[in-house]
Amino acid sequence: MADQKVPLLEVKNIVKRFGGLVAVNRVSMEVYPGEVVALLGDNGAGKSTLIKVVSGVYPPDEGEIYFEGKEVKINNPMDAIQLGIETIYQDLALAENLNVYSNIFLGREKLKKWLGLVSVLDHDYMHDESKKVLDRLGIEIPSLKNKIKMLSGGQRQSVAISRSIYWKAKLLIMDEPTAALGVAEQRKVLDLVRTLKDQGVGVIIISHQLYDVFQVADRMIVLRRGEKVGERITKDTNSDEIVGLMVGAELVEDSKGEEV
Amino acid sequence: MSAGGASPSSQNLLRNRRAVNLGRYWVYLFFLGELIIFSILGTNFFSAQNLQNILVASTTILLLAAGETFVILTGGIDLSVGFVMGLSCVICAKIMVTLQALGLPGSVAILLGIAGCLLIGLLPGLLNGFLIAKLRVPPFIATFGMYGIAYGLAEIISNNVPISGLPPQAGFVGNGYLLYYLPGKALSWFSPPQGISRQEIRQVVPLFPNVFLLAIIAVAIFGFILARTQFGQHTYAIGGSVDAARRAGILVDRHLIKVYMISSFFAALGGVMFTLRYVTGRADAGSARMLDAIAAVVIGGASLYGGTGTMIGSIIGTLIIGVLETGMVNLGLPTYNKYVYVGIILIMAVLIDQFFPEETKGEV
Repeated sequence: MADQKVPLLEVKNIVKRFGGLVAVNRVSMEVYPGEVVALLGDNGAGKSTLIKVVSGVYPPDEGEIYFEGKEVKINNPMDAIQLGIETIYQDLALAENLNVYSNIFLGREKLKKWLGLVSVLDHDYMHDESKKVLDRLGIEIPSLKNKIKMLSGGQRQSVAISRSIYWKAKLLIMDEPTAALGVAEQRKVLDLVRTLKDQGVGVIIISHQLYDVFQVADRMIVLRRGEKVGERITKDTNSDEIVGLMVGAELVEDSKGEEV
Repeated sequence: MSAGGASPSSQNLLRNRRAVNLGRYWVYLFFLGELIIFSILGTNFFSAQNLQNILVASTTILLLAAGETFVILTGGIDLSVGFVMGLSCVICAKIMVTLQALGLPGSVAILLGIAGCLLIGLLPGLLNGFLIAKLRVPPFIATFGMYGIAYGLAEIISNNVPISGLPPQAGFVGNGYLLYYLPGKALSWFSPPQGISRQEIRQVVPLFPNVFLLAIIAVAIFGFILARTQFGQHTYAIGGSVDAARRAGILVDRHLIKVYMISSFFAALGGVMFTLRYVTGRADAGSARMLDAIAAVVIGGASLYGGTGTMIGSIIGTLIIGVLETGMVNLGLPTYNKYVYVGIILIMAVLIDQFFPEETKGEV
């Protein structure tokens, strides 16, 4: 990862405490444009807390965040979104009672004047723009007027991703993107991640499914009990080593001398 | 990305479609059935006068249901509407009586009474919304508390007796109609035709009660807001998933406060209509109407879990209850019987909502 480019995101010595518990302890990491970084670790390792710091859900107690080379303060989700950091949570955060394009435009609805007086929703515009972004990402959904609750898990995941992309996400954070999907759908989501990578988007993936991670990630960062215990380039490692890092076979791993 | 799931067989799909349609359109069938039964059993059920009665009976329910629609769409409930209506009615009457006693002309006293009451009427909603959105009090408890507070305050303000001595002009508006029609002879706006004989006055058919018209205008405006604007869209989104709405940057807390204020505003409007129609201020003006309003919304297809429902649905729900109420009077049954049926229909509507599939899923 020794690139001369400026990292898209760089976090330095992030600390996040909940009462006496140190959920994230002096963790640093960076993500470059067009790079897929996997964040790995057992339950409670601090992965989710770390990405929530980046996405503005939890302001950090200590540490700095740089975005495109500039130091930034991310105090709430809106700050993150305005920077171009979009997060797709496990539950996807879609309004199931609304249709596809309404979800893509949720909170940022396109309006038009009705009789030159009142601002009303511009359904046609939202529909057409959504169609464009889905096409660009190679996503097929029968009708964008279908409500989310009528879609399959993979389709929902694609809608969530399309929303981020439409709103010019530079960094996309995905929490367990394939966890709830069937095999065929998992593959499609991973293809989609590759498409994003090719378009220069930085991606952070949290996943338990090492097989998936090895397919798409360029680099892996392993956390354990809130601390970063290892960072590996995907092609220079294997799942045994990563699992070792995750569960804490310390002696073996430390002797290999990667950055700890 | 195409759906990975297997599609159900076409036969299942058809059966499913039928169930979905039944679950969706039963209200219309029910409404039709109601009309048929009452027209067979009742006398002159379809007479112009009786149809007007239905509209008048529906006015209060319609107003309360319109506000309640917004609240229920967000997944909340407002139990306070009936007594907020009573409180508003008392305040409206009190302002009118007081201003008139100060020597202001009746019409001015009426207008200021209405304006003052509508403004004050926003407060219970503001408080409800604040408690629910900011302090995380469950809607049931916050509005149930407000139910008691509003009722008590109304009784305190009115000294436990209905307020009387209002400017008589109030009744002209409240009991008037948009059109008066003397078959074959005359048609006039807002008041009966002039210069006609006594005999003819009896034959005049009044059309469209003012109170109902004012109510339906307010409801239409808010129905438009719900269906076509960003505010409406956000109301649906919050009901569908609060988290999704929040993460999409919607200011959920502020939105909820506005929604409860809308509900409270409609309750106050109900109070105004009552004052104009009965020319009195009563703390119990809307007491039992909360049940009707919630029933109307739920019968109209709204889910108590939030996220689904429409203003048109609530209007149909209102008419179902209005027809029931009027029909029972028409049959000579005491109106309290109505509550039994409204209660049953409400529970039935919720059961249908739960047990009928809503939409064909593309199964995961």
